[in-house]
Amino acid sequence: MFTRVLQRLTFWTATFWVVVAVGLVSTIIRFSQGLGASTNLSDQFPWGLWVGFDVVCGVGLAAGGFVIAASVYLFNLERYRPILRPAILTAFLGYILVIVGLLFDLGKPWNVWHPIIMWNPHSVMFEVGWCVMLYTTVLALEFSPIVFERFQMHWPLKVVHAITIPMVIAGVVLSSLHQSSLGSLFLIIPEKVYPLWYSSNLPYLFFLSAVAVGPAMVIIESYLSSRAFKREIEVSILSQIAKVSAVALAIYLVLKIEDLSGMKLWPYVFTFNFEGIMYWAEIGLGVITPMLLFLSPRLRANKRWLFTGAFLIVSGFIFNRLNVAITSVERYNSAPYFPSWMEISVSLMIVALGFAAFRLAVKYLPIFPPAHETVPAAAREVVAFIDVPAERLS
Amino acid sequence: MLGHGILIDTTLCVGCYSCEEADAARWGRTPTDTHKLSSSLNTAVLQVDDTYVPRMCMHCAEPTCASVCPVGAFTKTPEGPVVYDPDKCMGCRYCMQACPFDVPKYEWNSAAPKITKCDMCHERTSKGQLPACVEACPTGARTYGKVSDLLQEAQKRMQDNPGKYHASVYGVREAGGTSILYISDRPFEKLGLKTNLPDHPMPSLTWAILSKIPNYVFWGGTLMAGIWWITNRRKEVQAFELKLKEMDKRGNGTSNHE
Ligand code: SF4
Ligand code: SF4
Repeated sequence: MFTRVLQRLTFWTATFWVVVAVGLVSTIIRFSQGLGASTNLSDQFPWGLWVGFDVVCGVGLAAGGFVIAASVYLFNLERYRPILRPAILTAFLGYILVIVGLLFDLGKPWNVWHPIIMWNPHSVMFEVGWCVMLYTTVLALEFSPIVFERFQMHWPLKVVHAITIPMVIAGVVLSSLHQSSLGSLFLIIPEKVYPLWYSSNLPYLFFLSAVAVGPAMVIIESYLSSRAFKREIEVSILSQIAKVSAVALAIYLVLKIEDLSGMKLWPYVFTFNFEGIMYWAEIGLGVITPMLLFLSPRLRANKRWLFTGAFLIVSGFIFNRLNVAITSVERYNSAPYFPSWMEISVSLMIVALGFAAFRLAVKYLPIFPPAHETVPAAAREVVAFIDVPAERLS
Repeated sequence: MLGHGILIDTTLCVGCYSCEEADAARWGRTPTDTHKLSSSLNTAVLQVDDTYVPRMCMHCAEPTCASVCPVGAFTKTPEGPVVYDPDKCMGCRYCMQACPFDVPKYEWNSAAPKITKCDMCHERTSKGQLPACVEACPTGARTYGKVSDLLQEAQKRMQDNPGKYHASVYGVREAGGTSILYISDRPFEKLGLKTNLPDHPMPSLTWAILSKIPNYVFWGGTLMAGIWWITNRRKEVQAFELKLKEMDKRGNGTSNHE
């Protein structure tokens, strides 16, 4: 048993270092010789894996932060509090990695700050840039109490506590804006996008799928870290947020079907060409299956099914974003695109760094509630409330 | 806002590539013989069946590139040309992805790459000179002038040569109109020009959403704050009642002692 654990650990550690090493080689090539030498991008195919995965998927996969923060602080769903910190941690790391990915992809990354002073409010990209900037700041603030707590810094803790609610509200508004705007990016190329993926609903579809994938990510990381750190998994809470995902997916599906009927796209759906198959993979495996799984109270109370469903949602989400960003324009560009090993290795490195950072944070910061905690979170909250503002009541 | 533009008459183009050479000279590049738009050719002459089709930036009336660029690196000048400022550009390549005519190209092999595209020789034309390609064209396949004049010229050629031309001018309605116009002896899709573009400028597609943002921020923020206020109020009331109950209990306890 012990040797097995050791083997597994060394396997993952070894994988991690290999991925990082290869990624670093690609990084050197990318920044010394430019995008042409390191990517399979071209004049016909200006956006590839780094936009599609590192940026567009990255932002979406970090959506758990605002979904859970809104549930706990704004809707007062105290039972979700135990997963608030992991969700915020994921979101914060996610956005940092998105920015890292963006620096790889931008031709002139040293100009990344330009939108701060060079304004173009007509550009969706400008809006996304600003929202990402502001929301990353909000996430840093939302995350900061964890660090302050760890190092017993009392007055900064008080300051952040005082602005929590306005911050969470700003976070929700900013998130819903740029999650949907990532879809709006493609609104301006109606004649280039394969009909199955073009819709004037793109912003709403992107928003809904982000709401669905946020909880799914939280489920996955709770599951994985419960295994890694030998903690009990919060099945009852996770099963509740799985319901949130299922509902978001259901609305998403209705919108999708409405699109198909409204734009008479059924023939495209049942044409099993490359796009047709990709579409089915995305919708069938990534939307319908997990939605049905999570609509069943019995299945979503089982941690293996929870994990399976969440895994399907996340895969379906990645599939969808890559389909919109890459598959959908392949026919128009009449140039097939497949990322180079350097593009893939950089993306893998970024993911690996994300995992490593998450692990370190969980190990050294108070992210998950301590295992022996028995007082229900809600009760604790009421007590805390009575303790602090007593003078306000009198 | 169309200003000046260029009328391209494909029936007059003989494929001598003088314009490509003039373009290379204007930008200080070595001429290539790919005859495709690229970072070394801002205008290219494509051979399609038995005709030649000169291609370049269309200098749209409401340019998509200018609308999508997050840092506003493109400007539609009142004189007509759409110009690009490489110092602003951060290299996101949204302009390449979005341009309905697939015009912007990229210096893929540079470590500090720029977008490249025709600027209708803005520095020459603003001094009253002709664009380099127009000046170099030996057959008059390219005519420079005010867009309104160019349209009249196009109509005149059609009237003077009945049956020679396909009866429409490309660029009048495509994506809301462009400063570059085409006339030809055949339908434009046969030249590889896109005929499925809407009549309205493309930026209106995203502006429809973007223009709602200030409203959304206000109402969304207010709604969230409202929800918080209600849930928080409920929590306060609960806590208050709890405290009252406790006080009651304590009060009862003391009275029992008396
Ligand atoms: S053709 Fe393309 S690059 Fe030229 S002005 Fe229009 S949108 Fe911009
Ligand atoms: S690549 Fe440069 S010019 Fe093109 S949209 Fe991005 S910042 Fe603007």
